[in-house]
Amino acid sequence: MLVIRALKDVGSYFLMLRRVFSGFTKGSVLRELIFKEIDDLIIGSLGIVSFISFFVGGVIAIQTALNLENPLIPKSLIGFATRQSMILEFAPTFISIIMAGKMGSFITSSIGSMRVTEQIDALDVMGINSLNYLVFPKVVALMLFPFLIALSMFLGIFGGFLAGVYGGFTSPGEFITGLQDSFDPFHLTYAFIKTFVFAFILATVPSWQGYFMKGGALEVGKASTNSFVWTSVLIILTNYIITSLLLS
Amino acid sequence: MIRVENIHKSFGEHEVLKGISTVFEKGRTNLIIGASGSGKTVMLKCLLGLFQPEEGKIFYGDKAIQDMDDDEKRRLREDIGMLFQGGALFDSMTIEENVMFPLRMFTNRKRSEMLDRVNEVLARVNLENVNKKYPAEISGGMQKRVSIARAIVNKPHYLFCDEPNSGLDPNTATVIDNLIQEITKENNITTVVVSHDMNSVMEIGESIVLLKNGHLVWEGSNLDIFKSNNKDVTDFVYSSDLFKKIREVQLKEG
Repeated sequence: MLVIRALKDVGSYFLMLRRVFSGFTKGSVLRELIFKEIDDLIIGSLGIVSFISFFVGGVIAIQTALNLENPLIPKSLIGFATRQSMILEFAPTFISIIMAGKMGSFITSSIGSMRVTEQIDALDVMGINSLNYLVFPKVVALMLFPFLIALSMFLGIFGGFLAGVYGGFTSPGEFITGLQDSFDPFHLTYAFIKTFVFAFILATVPSWQGYFMKGGALEVGKASTNSFVWTSVLIILTNYIITSLLLS
Repeated sequence: MIRVENIHKSFGEHEVLKGISTVFEKGRTNLIIGASGSGKTVMLKCLLGLFQPEEGKIFYGDKAIQDMDDDEKRRLREDIGMLFQGGALFDSMTIEENVMFPLRMFTNRKRSEMLDRVNEVLARVNLENVNKKYPAEISGGMQKRVSIARAIVNKPHYLFCDEPNSGLDPNTATVIDNLIQEITKENNITTVVVSHDMNSVMEIGESIVLLKNGHLVWEGSNLDIFKSNNKDVTDFVYSSDLFKKIREVQLKEG
């Protein structure tokens, strides 16, 4: 029974995607919606992403420094570890999971509330493809998500630099040497490839949860929770698959 | 005119509409009445094309909605205005933007022309100085009037209203009823109202169909309803305490 339900859900998700990318809304209206979504989802997340990234970068640097007890290990490892952690995992994956909570619950609750108050029915009755109208602008807006992740990488490394240098754990020169040590540009490509995939999941899974929810206000809350859980699970699973394919 | 021919609609094992046929005339307010669970809302959603009946056809003019291609269906939907039970105004838009929405979606008019039309319909529903307010900042009755304004802004030929009076006080409910009837006459449109409110039946029920357990059990007008000896009609009408008392007085006076 559970398997059948899961298959139905997967089927309904892919059918939803087909409708998201068909029956397009009028261009001028769509353009406005996209800018509004960029403002809500991307610009509105700049503060929290900057704050978390900066301090987590600092913490990575301090923890690495405190674990370097062997004098044979160079202090430049602090810069190296901060860079690798931020670029490979923290910025793309963990910021995406944090955004599954922030953006995901926002998307699910806003679409879910529209479902409860018949606003989606109103769109359908007017002959508007409600899925294209509601979800497509979010997908487009979240294609700018990699910029948020790039900012997170930069601020995390910068936070690590300040914490390492001003905490007295390393010198600026050693930290920068570590940053440049064994740098593989493909790691950035890998990080941004998975960021694009996560962005798509972030836009569509919470939308699916909100669009197909049934019930009232309580169910909107439940749908938001489910949205966070399923978006996070999918991000973690996809992260494993992409990492296996690209880095193994 | 909308013609309904023998529609059946089920959800799983449960058959909600059991072969309904009727005609909703142009220029009249057509009421679908019945107790909760009688199939009124399902019938409305079938009329709107939101539900597909398993059997039977719904004709808009000469063409059945089931036989229309996607383009024809889209054009038909642009020709439909809908007043939802809760208003269904878009929370994130001002009143002006809500009313302007169908114009922005389906016309290429200049903004100034759209604004003129918005102000015209807002004035028609007796609303002024609310353009820049949000739906949450106005009363339920005003939200219903904004919803009517949005429904008629694009001059539709069909107007559907789902329980337009729910949650309103009797005075405001009468205002909304009268507004719906006046707009129907002024624009000579086909209006279908789903209601279980006897006041609406009396005010605007020029043509009424009564549903019970998915069957159409009676058709007539507000002038006929009190004369009817149909048991389903009397059960429905006199389920209200007020009308029960009136009935007792009528019987006493012979």
